[in-house]
Amino acid sequence: MPWIDACSTDDIDAEDLIRWDHAGQTFAIYHSPEGEFFATAGLCTHEQVHLCDGLVMGHLIECPKHNGQFDYRTGEAKRAPVCVNLRTFPVKVEGDRVFVEVA
Amino acid sequence: MGKRNYSLFGPDAARAVESGLTAAEWYHTEVPRKVMKDLMARSDAPAIRDTIILYGSMILLAGIGIALWPSWWSAPFWLAYGVLYGSASDSRWHECGHGTAFRTPWMNNVVYEIASFMIMRNSATWRWSHARHHSETYFVGRDPEIAVMRPPEVAKLVLNFFGILDVIAFIPRILRNAVSGPTPEERTYVPQSEWGKVQRVAIVYVAIYAATIGLAVWMGSILPLMVIGLPRMYGAWHHVMTGLLQHGGLADNVVDHRLNSRTVYMNPISRFIYWNMNYHVEHHMFPMVPYHALPRLHEIIKDDLPPPNRSIAEAFREMWPAILRQVRNEDYFLKRALPPTAKPYREDFHQYVPGMMRPAAAE
Ligand code: FES
Repeated sequence: MPWIDACSTDDIDAEDLIRWDHAGQTFAIYHSPEGEFFATAGLCTHEQVHLCDGLVMGHLIECPKHNGQFDYRTGEAKRAPVCVNLRTFPVKVEGDRVFVEVA
Repeated sequence: MGKRNYSLFGPDAARAVESGLTAAEWYHTEVPRKVMKDLMARSDAPAIRDTIILYGSMILLAGIGIALWPSWWSAPFWLAYGVLYGSASDSRWHECGHGTAFRTPWMNNVVYEIASFMIMRNSATWRWSHARHHSETYFVGRDPEIAVMRPPEVAKLVLNFFGILDVIAFIPRILRNAVSGPTPEERTYVPQSEWGKVQRVAIVYVAIYAATIGLAVWMGSILPLMVIGLPRMYGAWHHVMTGLLQHGGLADNVVDHRLNSRTVYMNPISRFIYWNMNYHVEHHMFPMVPYHALPRLHEIIKDDLPPPNRSIAEAFREMWPAILRQVRNEDYFLKRALPPTAKPYREDFHQYVPGMMRPAAAE
């Protein structure tokens, strides 16, 4: 599984996310309040809306369309109307670069 | 018989999917991410304050109403209590259903459950219909929450100012939910994992109403029903009045909330009851912005929106003739002018939808 250099640590504010597109797939990369980085699939599992316009609160990402929520660390669906978990991807930080292991 | 078929199983529902309407992207005003993050930020304080005022007022008003019962002097207190029960519960249901009222999830859930009961909506069902109302606002055959179907039946609109049709529809539905879970139509938008909950909620509602009616019979008085149940009718008028203004007389089957929703400036009491949903274009464009931040959002994006109506009365003067005109010509709708600062409506984008944007129908 390749590790892909996705962005710089400075590209994402703490408690926020960005959209990252790679090889025809779209992802969301998160910067947690504790300074850790995580990656998930970019589209909500409810209606294929991009999560990048959503709101990060602690460890939750809230979808901009119907306010469904996921824990972005595990992908677990936390609040209706989402019921299907979000796919997650391993992330590592080297220096000031964020790498995502895309499947 | 009109041309539009509002059934979730009808030909218009199928056409909305085939034409690509349901998959189309909605228009959004550009707002810088930093500003939007600030607007979306959640907080408990405004909603705790408003909830204390709301429930505190209700207890006080109902207490005075009971103390003065059966004198006519109790009437004004019931009328005020009724509006808080039968109308403010609609906006609390709505905002807590979005999860944006409070920052703390359990607070949203508690107020959502209480409000759902008061407004007579199964709390496990309507969350899902409202998600559809947001994805597919006023798409004929897809949106289960269209308040004014075309051609409009004015008598029905008037009856609902007293909640009559809503309550008549609610009783068999909740009994049916209690016996056998969601109806076939509800099953089109409620996921199967939630069907058991729909039934459990319905059983609780039926038990509360049965106890209230039992108490009324035992006391030989309608007083218990003046507190629980009837205010959904005698206090419904305010939420029907504001609810009609949300989309009434405007376009259907479009993907631009500036064409199908209405923002109206209102007096502070109506805004408290309605929890700022008078900023309705703003709410639909950005449903993650909490009610208390909508006035700020309005200031930021208003140059990209049609000018808001100046008051409830002025908005009715605009909407009501349009609704009456739709009785004769169901394709008629109000198309409001945008200010010169706004991005124009994308006429090309709506061309593929049957009936939309024909210059003869729009004005
Ligand atoms: S699209 Fe994400 S919650 Fe509906």
